[in-house]
Amino acid sequence: MTLSMPSSALLVSRELPALQYTSTPDRFDETWEAPLSTLLGLGRAAGADFIEFFLERVNYISCLAEDDVITSLSPRLSTGAGVRVFCGKADCYVSTNDLSFSGLRAALEKGLSIMGLQLPVPNAYVPEINLELLRDYAMEKGKEVWLLECSSMREMGEVLLAANAQLETKATHVQSRRAVYFRDWQEVLIAASDGTFARDIRLTQSVGYNLLCADGAHRSSISKRAGDTSDPSFLRVWNYSLDAEEVAESAGKMLYADYVESGTYPVVMANHFGGVIFHEACGHLLETTQIERRTSPFSERKGEKIAHESLTAWDEGLSPTAFGTIDMDDEGMPAQRTLLIENGVLKNFLADRAGSLRTGHPRTGSGRRQNYTYAAASRMRNTYIAAGEHSLDNLFASIDKGIYCKKMGGGSVGATGQFNFGVDEAYLIEQGRITKPLKGATLIGEATEIMNKVSLCSKDLDLAAGFCGSVSGSVYVTVGQPHIKVDSITVGGR
Amino acid sequence: MLNITDLATDTQAIAHKLGIEKFDIYGSSVDETSVQVDQGKPKQVKASNRAGVTVRVWNADQSMGITSTTDIHSLGIELALKTAQEASLFGVKEHVPDFSPEAMVAITTKSDEMADQAPVSALIENLVKAEKALLSAHPAIKDVPYNGLAQRDVERFYLNSDGAIRNEARSYTSLYLYSKTREAGKKPRSAGAYRISRSLDQLDIESCLKEAAEKTISHLNYQKVKSGKYTVVFSPEAFLSLLGAFSNLFNAQNVLDKQSLSTPESLRTQIATSLLSVYDDALHPANVAAETFDGEGTPTRRVSLVANGTLNSFLHSAGTAKRLNAQPTGHANTGAKVTVGSHFYHVLPGVAAEQSYSLADAEDVILIDDLKALHAGVKALQGSFSLPFDGWLVRHGKLTSIESATVAGDFLELLRSIIFVEPEAEMTPAGVCPRIWIDKLSITGE
Repeated sequence: MTLSMPSSALLVSRELPALQYTSTPDRFDETWEAPLSTLLGLGRAAGADFIEFFLERVNYISCLAEDDVITSLSPRLSTGAGVRVFCGKADCYVSTNDLSFSGLRAALEKGLSIMGLQLPVPNAYVPEINLELLRDYAMEKGKEVWLLECSSMREMGEVLLAANAQLETKATHVQSRRAVYFRDWQEVLIAASDGTFARDIRLTQSVGYNLLCADGAHRSSISKRAGDTSDPSFLRVWNYSLDAEEVAESAGKMLYADYVESGTYPVVMANHFGGVIFHEACGHLLETTQIERRTSPFSERKGEKIAHESLTAWDEGLSPTAFGTIDMDDEGMPAQRTLLIENGVLKNFLADRAGSLRTGHPRTGSGRRQNYTYAAASRMRNTYIAAGEHSLDNLFASIDKGIYCKKMGGGSVGATGQFNFGVDEAYLIEQGRITKPLKGATLIGEATEIMNKVSLCSKDLDLAAGFCGSVSGSVYVTVGQPHIKVDSITVGGR
Repeated sequence: MLNITDLATDTQAIAHKLGIEKFDIYGSSVDETSVQVDQGKPKQVKASNRAGVTVRVWNADQSMGITSTTDIHSLGIELALKTAQEASLFGVKEHVPDFSPEAMVAITTKSDEMADQAPVSALIENLVKAEKALLSAHPAIKDVPYNGLAQRDVERFYLNSDGAIRNEARSYTSLYLYSKTREAGKKPRSAGAYRISRSLDQLDIESCLKEAAEKTISHLNYQKVKSGKYTVVFSPEAFLSLLGAFSNLFNAQNVLDKQSLSTPESLRTQIATSLLSVYDDALHPANVAAETFDGEGTPTRRVSLVANGTLNSFLHSAGTAKRLNAQPTGHANTGAKVTVGSHFYHVLPGVAAEQSYSLADAEDVILIDDLKALHAGVKALQGSFSLPFDGWLVRHGKLTSIESATVAGDFLELLRSIIFVEPEAEMTPAGVCPRIWIDKLSITGE
């Protein structure tokens, strides 16, 4: 075998202005390799330890039907890029709307200057960064046609109006009916100085109802939302009749509900969106973002029992169509299935690149961001408590007086591990049976305590679409669980 | 900075080419830098330079369509106008948004208040110093997990095909410090403070530090509180956050959409005790982030919302004002459906109170400093709230931190239960407000 020198000489930085890059303007493809490779080389020549470019193009539209009128149809077009520069464990992030070579170079230069670095002198050689062959999930999985196959503006309007008309027939004491839909089409390209070069197209859609009922001073508001990440026909096949029935029934029951009496109760939390309790009370505290800030009580407890032995939990990006599913994360790493807790024992944390660098926990394909203006951070994807062995009847039968939280609202966890959740639809449990609807409940507690109180899990695991806001913006996630029993929890009420 | 005149000229030419006669554009550009530190070292520095515009197009049938874009070059504007033109085919046929009748009214308020951006190194240096000072304020303060120093130049503009053209530019610098304690055998406690000013030079870092430290230390010794009904005193920040969460009360678009606790008939009715008056005042001198015009180009102004307990006015866009036979108030956010939002609340005493109260001699009163998780615990359409809070039990003037508790109630009932509005107001980033005393609110503790 013989070896030979490359035929072309290395690039010298003074030659940069003469380079004519002709990347495809409306598509991220192989033509972006040359300019990005050059920029990554420039960054390395300046002394940065690691550079990453994130390019994004978004075509978003939302549609709102109020009663029997389409009152809002809002398209949004967006392009942008972010460059992240690491020196050791410190990093900076610069974002711009300008995707031209000079625009990206200006962003890189700003990032380097923030880190105390400068672009190389005119005679300096620019190291060649050999990117991998474009790992193109969009091509590989036939996503190129997704945008064209989605519902047109006309179809969006027609479906939402039909859905709202259906809701009118199902509900009573209606004050306002809203059907809402959005489609978020996103194309991303990631190139990094470790050779990462990957592209994906994501299609996220969501549709649902908001129903407000009123009768004199009595009011109830109920929402329901479904989400999908891979079906362009999602809106077309939405079974709005079924959802209208469910929303109308819940709103009717809650309209005359009594306020919950505050206190400490055993609680049965429903499956589906009930999983928000695990998401807030535990999931966030397993992100390396929290480990870095020393705001997680679980930082040093890997391998230890942190939850009831009945509890096993996962976070993954693989479930077909689920709202948090991704083929790769926003750092170009393929999605994974990460076991968080197994029979109560903490097994893994969720790590992005920076989190891994700073905490030592391995990356898990969890680097996510809302858009190009945010650096990626460790975030959840599809997160759920695994199904247990009990029947739903077992859970209720174990409670003399407690609360059934059928539909959860949002929640949050603070820096000290305290969490809270609003409950949109609740019922009193007496002698193992549901007796009357309750409103105004908030669940509060300590993350470290609540996970040890999840004593029974039923078999009916179900997932729900959600939105999670944190350091890298709002991202699409799935929460989920079977029905679970929490032995005691503080319920704020009146 | 954007060249608004060139953008207007270019857009006019593109619109003409596309056969669009009526359009308007609202947009902004942002140039910002922010830093975070951790244990004396920079953790992450962020910088961003970006712009975005929203174009609205009216077709021959006077239906309106809209598109937002971050591409403000000719091709991007053209694509946005075309997409908006397509969307206009599906626009509403009744109550179609129109140009504000005040979009060309002269604005005399100073519109440009820029400051030079400080170098990133100065931001880091100041924040590292602040973190160090906070960590040394008390042995129990071990972390400042959330901190940030940011500076931002924002330019906004509005223009329309009738020739309206407005723009303004402002600089802001903001600081937040949120410290956390660790002590053996005790639960971690935390508290924070926030400041905003025109520039780094004018930023009161010392008072931010002092407030964060004092609040954190005040929560070190905590105890549970018994569940029950208490007289509750809301700090200015807490009352303003609750007022903001129930802003549908004043929002004319929400009223028209039946998404409000008010109806058109609520005007001129007593919604609070006569001790309370509320204004929304975008141009208040304390509002560093003041905007002189809204998303429709309407000048902003001081609006009396509640006068001596009586609901005096709603916040309006041009469209809601027309439908409710009122004047636009400069509170519109442009969109396919124009929404309405508040700017900067100014809360003050209404009629003089017959009895005054003071924390110095208060007995079993709950002082709420900070309400948490409003997104989860507020049912804005039902009027109810159930919220965790940071605060103290006040007994003989002595403050004892409350370990963990929630406050719950009905917002309209709360307004009718105000027993005292303290005379001295505090300037906060969200508004100007004194402490507000409420009779008998439900507290859940133990």
